[in-house]
This record gives sequence, C-alpha cells and structure tokens, in this order.
Amino acid sequence: MSDDYTPTELLTTVAASLIEDESTVIVGTGMPMLAAMLAQKTHAPDATMIYEAGGIGPDAPELPISVGDERTFHHGIQAAGMHDVMSHMQAGFVDYGFLGAAQIDQYGNLNSTVIGDWEQPTVRFPGSGGANDIGSLAHETIVAMRQDESSFVEELDFRTTPGYLEGPGSRADAGLPRETGPSYVITQYGVYGFDEESREMKLEFLHPGIEEDTVNEHSSFEIDVGEYERSPEPTDEQLRLLREEIDPRGIIR
Amino acid sequence: MNVLEEGDGELVGWEHPDEIRRWNREERSRAFDDKRVSATEAVERYVDDGDLIASGGFGHVRISTPILHEIVRQGISDLTLSGKTTVFDADLLIAAGAVSRVEAAYCFAHETRGLAPAGRRKVENGEVEVVAEASNAMLQWRFLAGKMGVPFVPARILSGTDTFEKSSAKVVEDPWSGDPIALVPACHPDVAVIHATKADKYGNAVIDGISVEDPELAGAAKRVILTAEEIVDSDELRARPKEIEIPYFLVDAVVEAPYGSHPGEMPYQYYFDEAHLEEWMELTETEEGVEEYLERYVTGTEDFEEYLEAVGGPDRLAELEAIENYDRPDEGGPNGGDRV
Repeated sequence: MSDDYTPTELLTTVAASLIEDESTVIVGTGMPMLAAMLAQKTHAPDATMIYEAGGIGPDAPELPISVGDERTFHHGIQAAGMHDVMSHMQAGFVDYGFLGAAQIDQYGNLNSTVIGDWEQPTVRFPGSGGANDIGSLAHETIVAMRQDESSFVEELDFRTTPGYLEGPGSRADAGLPRETGPSYVITQYGVYGFDEESREMKLEFLHPGIEEDTVNEHSSFEIDVGEYERSPEPTDEQLRLLREEIDPRGIIR
Repeated sequence: MNVLEEGDGELVGWEHPDEIRRWNREERSRAFDDKRVSATEAVERYVDDGDLIASGGFGHVRISTPILHEIVRQGISDLTLSGKTTVFDADLLIAAGAVSRVEAAYCFAHETRGLAPAGRRKVENGEVEVVAEASNAMLQWRFLAGKMGVPFVPARILSGTDTFEKSSAKVVEDPWSGDPIALVPACHPDVAVIHATKADKYGNAVIDGISVEDPELAGAAKRVILTAEEIVDSDELRARPKEIEIPYFLVDAVVEAPYGSHPGEMPYQYYFDEAHLEEWMELTETEEGVEEYLERYVTGTEDFEEYLEAVGGPDRLAELEAIENYDRPDEGGPNGGDRV
C-alpha cells in the first residue's frame, strides 16, 4: 500500500476496479482510458477498448490524444467506422461506457451542453458528442466528474444524456434499451451508485481520508449515506504500472 | 405510424428521397473524367454562400485543411455547419466568420486540449446560432439514411433528453414492438469535404485507418470535394478494390493535397502539430488574434504550399512524420509537455 499518489491515480485505480474481465469498454481520452488499460494489465486482460470514431482493441505504445487518432486502432483488432461501433453498442455488445459531464442530477442524468439558457448560453460546452449515444446504449455507464454544489444539481440546465430520467421505469417508458443506465459515479470524494428502488444516488465508497459529511456538503441534492465501504488505496504495483508502463510521460497525472 | 414526440430543432439538409434520386441522376456524372482541380477551383465550383457543409475525418484527424483555407480566402459566408465532432475544422471556419449556423453534435472544443475560445465566443455572443442539437450517432445515422436513400433511420438514442427536444428527430411508436423509438431524418449536405489517403484522378478513394463516418457522408452529400495525400494510378487502387471506401461517382472534385490534414493528424503518416494548435488556441482568445492568425497562415498565403512553408516547411513536417511513427524526439514532443 502506498500513501504517495495523486488524486487522479486514485480515481484511475478505483475506475479500473469497476471493469470486469472479458468485457468491452467504450472510453474517451483521459482518465477512463488509463483505467481501462490498468484493468487490462491487472485483473482484466481480456477487456477490449473501443473508441466511438471506429477504433477497436488498440494495443499502442503510447496514449491517444483524440478519440480518433492512430493510437486508438494501432495494432488493433479493427479500424472500423462510427457506424460499426455505434451499431455494436446498440445491438448490446458494449458493456461499459465512460462519460464525463459538467452537471449531474440525483438520477444520473448529465449535462455537457450549456450552462444557462440554451438559446443564450452563459457557457457553451461541446454538446453530446457520443455521450447521449453511450448513455442510451451501453449496458452500464460509469461517470467520472468533479463534485461540488454547482455540478451536483437538483435541476440540470440541459439534459444532454439520459441517466435514470425521472426515476424508476422511465428509461423503458422512453424506449431506451432495458437494463441500462448509470452504474457508478466517481468523484474526488467517493464512488456513488444508484438505489435499485428509487434510482437515486447513494454513497458506495468513500475515498481515503474523506469525511462522511463532505459528500453532502458538496452536493445540491441529498445523497443517501447509508452503508458504504472505503475505496482501497492504489497498490504499489498499480502505481508502477501507471507511471512506468501506461503513462510514462505523465500526460494524465 | 403514431408520432409520440417531436424535437423542435431545425431540420437541416433533409430532402424528399425522390428529389435526391433525381439530383443524383441528373447532376452527378458517371463518366470517368479526370476530376483533378486546384483547391481554389474546387471551392469556386462547389461551395456557395449559405450552403450546408460537412467536413470529414474526426475533428483534428484526417481533415481537409486546404479546402477550409480556400473557403476563408474566398470569403464564403453564411454557411450552416454539420457539427459532427468538428474541432479545428469547425473552429477555423467559425473564427473566420464563414459559418453562421451549426447543427451541433460536438463543437466549440478541442477534445483534451480544452474548449475553443473562438467558437465559444461566437456562440455565447450570438454571432453563431446553434439551430439544432444532435449526438454523434444521430448525425452519422442521418448521413447513413441519406446514403441509403431513405427518409430516416430508427435509433434507440436521444429519447428522454433535451438533446432530443432541441434536435430534428421524432419519437414514434415502433410498429413491431409497440415501444417508443427515435427516428433520425436523412441529411444531405450541399457539400462534403473529405481528405483521403489515396485517390485516383476519377475520385476513387482509399482511407487508411478508421473511416469514421466518411463513407456514409460521401454517399449522402450532394457534392463531394475529395482531397488526398497522394493521387495514384487507378490500377494501384483496382488491385485492392476492397480498400476503396468511396467510389468515383460520389466525387465531384479531386485535389492533390500532401500534408493536407495539417495541423491535424494523418493516421500512419504525420502527427498533430501540437505547437501550431497551441498557437491557434492562444491567438483565438481575441478577435485581433484571429486576424493575426489568418493573415499569417491563410489570407496572407497564396496557397497550401505557402502555408506549409509558413508552419515550418519540410523540417517540421519530417518531425511530425517521425512522431506519428513513434520516433519521438526527446523534448518538445506533443506528449512531453505539461498540457492536459
């Protein structure tokens, strides 16, 4: 066990632990990609990374910068197209999708489009990109984002990507594939899941050194803090893999 | 079919499939003509003020910079942009004032490099209007429907979100399952600009690496300007016909454009020019900076050859080729800095 690690390294090891072996994962650039690669090098050698622009199963000696660059299909299984990847996901071949967002609500719905009014935005973000597609179609969505009162909100400024919409049953009512939706939300304070009955956010893991009260002090909606565990600290081996093999240039640290 | 819900985003680029069939029969040549032209001629012939334009590749990857430059040089304006993970390509056209409207799946940012100063400024101050939201799959399936010659395709996305509310999609009752399902309307851009690895003079084109959504876009657009790193003899392409992603009859103009994706990446050939992209991000913080960039690299250069000299010429391009092929210099490489 090491007590010398960065916040990103902790998030990466926590995210990696959520990925099962023999699974498919749609990742973007940044931390989720490191998490998927770390999972591959530890407990999930048969996890396959997929990029929405068409790259499937890359095995590149360095990290991609774009979701579409050569590193997303280098020595890969297939250099396909977006239609292929989106179709495979719609047909149920994608197990996990990683997403980020500017805002999230208690049902795990996400905003990555605007802050303020849509027609006259205070801040314009990129929009859905593949987020709505991944949030609609992957079997499980894992969200990684910064948590504070302005990002954990009761009312999103814009619902870009579906979580559990208005609560139990509403994804199916909307016609989205059954048994899909956000499974975990990872922040700098902990890892949250969603209650099976209410589909509202609840604490699952609290990060090392974080006080229980911190969770609700940094959220505009009430997060259920019942029974939870402590997130395990990164092991020396995980840190070695991240620093020496996966991201030796320290792009994401 | 029972329509359950309708997005109120503007429907851009939709036409009746029979209109498209007529267009493709009457206006698109099947002749094996030599379609090679300069970037200047291609834009003069096929890009007009007010067009709906879509750019191929993926944001910073395999983009057609010579055509983007020429659009700016010729002062084309009032374009509607199909914002399908458009990144540098969109930002350049928006910053230069060529675009006034966007259907946005992913725009106004440079992926991990950060939000786009120019694109955001223009949207936030109202100079550029987002007329509809979309997702990446939605736009790509809009092109697929266009290529298929059908008015829409069904997709299990969008439903239940504001992305749907501000899109041009509809939700209907699936006549088989009875469940709600989204329909995304076909999209036929007036012109698509696509950069390929290799093409022959007729427009048959090979794309090395991921095709993104370019085969769909090429089939859906009413005009296609194809640029290619290299123009090769048809026999070379015909030796491996499975590799041809775009057949010649979809293509209206062919432009030879070595290093045409700079400052973007061309898979297997050259890497992103991170220093140049950083310069772009810095300069576009202000309108004066945008002018300075355009004067230095676009309006102040005669053509793409002069631009390539301005960005560092053969020495810089050789460095980018080395980096793409994992032969990275010790310092100054794009992954070497403290960015991200």
